[in-house]
Amino acid sequence: MPGLIGKKIGMTSVFIDDGQLVPVTVIEAGPCKVVQIKTLAKDGYESLTLGFGERKEKHLNKAQIMNYKKNKITPAAVVKEFRNFDVKNFKIGDELKAELFAVGENIKVTGISKGKGFQGVMRRHGFGGVGGTTHGQSDRLRAPGSIGSSSYPSRVFKGTRMAGRTGNTKTTVKNLRVVKVDVEKNLIMLKGAVPGSINSIVELNK
Amino acid sequence: MDKLQDLMTFEQRTDYPKFKSGDRVRVHVRVVEGDKERIQPFEGDVISVRGSGWDKTFTVRKVSSGVGVERIFPYNSPKIAKIDLIREGKVRRAKLYYLRNLSGKAARIKDKNVK
Repeated sequence: MPGLIGKKIGMTSVFIDDGQLVPVTVIEAGPCKVVQIKTLAKDGYESLTLGFGERKEKHLNKAQIMNYKKNKITPAAVVKEFRNFDVKNFKIGDELKAELFAVGENIKVTGISKGKGFQGVMRRHGFGGVGGTTHGQSDRLRAPGSIGSSSYPSRVFKGTRMAGRTGNTKTTVKNLRVVKVDVEKNLIMLKGAVPGSINSIVELNK
Repeated sequence: MDKLQDLMTFEQRTDYPKFKSGDRVRVHVRVVEGDKERIQPFEGDVISVRGSGWDKTFTVRKVSSGVGVERIFPYNSPKIAKIDLIREGKVRRAKLYYLRNLSGKAARIKDKNVK
């Protein structure tokens, strides 16, 4: 099964059937149009390219315009490729909607996490800080500690976790339960948080 | 957030009597045991009403066999069958957390309608 491209609307809480109040993220999922189908013969692998949203023609280049015109579909704002399933049941222009996902399913959501700027090791990697303020020690509460030994190897190993730019990376959250699906408005409600800010684009996969 | 408001329908309860902090209420809670559902009343003083609209909650405190018990109810919960307003209290604060430190006669709330 393909996934869907969606837009994060925001978080709220809803009551589920047994009266429990569940925190949910609301995602506007689809409608997504099939923009392109890649085949084993032509492209070496099989995939569906889905488009989400609308884009004005003046923002496209000629190749893109011709592709959309040839297939008689309106230009999409975001396109993403989905693979590893049978593409035979789909044709260009097909619309995929929120009903792709059923209540109770656990799905995977990929998005770009919120940028946090330059952050220290405690926030960025979950370090514990160096220690107390006693024994004459000061200004070491949020320090990273030792970053290696001295005479051997006389250098800092590559990949040593240090402070730096945090967030704003592709992030996937697995096993988010679908709490509600509104087919008419194309809304999917997932239990828990989803990477990214409001109005950011997310990818939903089974 | 405006888009969230536009897209979602938040059904709010309007069937309750109006109550506020200091009032004594009886909350009839739906309890599911196995496949049977019954109603369990919880009677006590409202010591806090928090939030507004969809997210509103209220806290009910009672003293049960010498032990203070508090329950926080979401105002719009479908688990609440109904709420009875038993008496209105006369209080000067919105949050009555000071009652937790009081016991016996001192922990009573004056009735608004008794002079």
